[in-house]
Amino acid sequence: MTHPISYWQTFSNVLKRDLKVAVRNKGDIFNPLVFFVIVITLFPLAIGSDPQILTRIAPGVIWVAALLSALLSLERLFKNDYNDGSLEQMLLSPQPLFIMVFGKVLAHWILTGIPIIIIAPLLAVLLHLEQAAYTALIVTLLLGTPVLSLIGAIGVALTVGIKKGGVLLSLLVLPLYIPVLIFATGAIEAAALGMPYAGHLAIIAALLAGALTLTPFAIGAALRVSTN
Amino acid sequence: MSNALLSANALTCIREDRILFDQLSFDIMPGDLLQIEGPNGAGKTSLLRILAGLSRPYDGQVEYAGASIERERDAFYENLLYLGHLAGVKGELTAQENLAFNLTMHGDQCNDLDAALATVNLTGFEDALASHLSAGQNRRIALARLWQSEAKIWILDEPFTAIDKAGVNELETLFVKHIDNGGAVILTSHQDIQLGADRLKRITLDYNFY
Repeated sequence: MTHPISYWQTFSNVLKRDLKVAVRNKGDIFNPLVFFVIVITLFPLAIGSDPQILTRIAPGVIWVAALLSALLSLERLFKNDYNDGSLEQMLLSPQPLFIMVFGKVLAHWILTGIPIIIIAPLLAVLLHLEQAAYTALIVTLLLGTPVLSLIGAIGVALTVGIKKGGVLLSLLVLPLYIPVLIFATGAIEAAALGMPYAGHLAIIAALLAGALTLTPFAIGAALRVSTN
Repeated sequence: MSNALLSANALTCIREDRILFDQLSFDIMPGDLLQIEGPNGAGKTSLLRILAGLSRPYDGQVEYAGASIERERDAFYENLLYLGHLAGVKGELTAQENLAFNLTMHGDQCNDLDAALATVNLTGFEDALASHLSAGQNRRIALARLWQSEAKIWILDEPFTAIDKAGVNELETLFVKHIDNGGAVILTSHQDIQLGADRLKRITLDYNFY
């Protein structure tokens, strides 16, 4: 008989492997982060240093940059695995696919989402973000960036077999990102005006709960289709 | 019900508007060593991918233990070892990390990874990154799983690619041992199999023009 391993072991094996691969391939970690920093620092240079304008656009700029940097980093979620055959082996593993997929997406978020969450408050200073809005910024990023990774992974899974899937990926994924973008920037603006923003957060949290529970199955199914 | 490990049931495969094979049926019994032959583009890899459940046939189905493999996926994959054209070895991981990951994810246990790598002549390369090793050595990292595997059905797409003569010989010895133990090996190869040639069964796919 074979030696079955628990769901938790399956999950942590995949997570550890992906983190290890990324650590040895430094560009993977720094590319999205550098992109995020560059986009945000370019805005004050282009628009001018008028604090009033910058304060006004800060939530939007930070979130759009976070969204684009997530999109930029999505491709490598499954592409390398597809090219070297590990994806095939993952699909042939007797372990449940959604758990392995979840491990991969979580690794992706740890590598791309968390650095952005850490550096965002610093860049917010650059954009003169309202003092009262910092908590809202961090909480929306904490709740919102995992949704970006999870939903984006469906798009990557669908396009992984296509040679130049980049444009198609943006077309598939960006419309699905819009609710997160609207409610996140809405929450930060409300916080800046000193208004309650718990409602916005609740909706982003609901999106996160939905994405956490449903997308791993969708990603798994999409992977089986695109390797067909 | 026969005691076939795997049965192909009226498989039809169409690629790029060309019928690769039509209504192909066969059974894989314990102790079978099956070589799938045919010119390039005849559909060997397509057939193996369909048997492994990676691709869907245009028509027909593959059955494991009397049920469609899509329904019995978990049970089937516990008993299947598939190695495709791509080795499934990550360049950023060492030989040992690759082997350990591949083994545990497929439910095989190995207490002595060094010994497992030694069987494929990779002693001294345990901690070398796979991207620093040659194509043949990468292939060997993937093949090392065969020696540790408890899966009954082995589906191997060109297992001898980039492997030296001595290595081919060791693989053939292993295949014979595996079928003696009641396993089955399905492989494609352009080389003739030396050992176990007397027990070899063949399926030849033709390149058809329609």
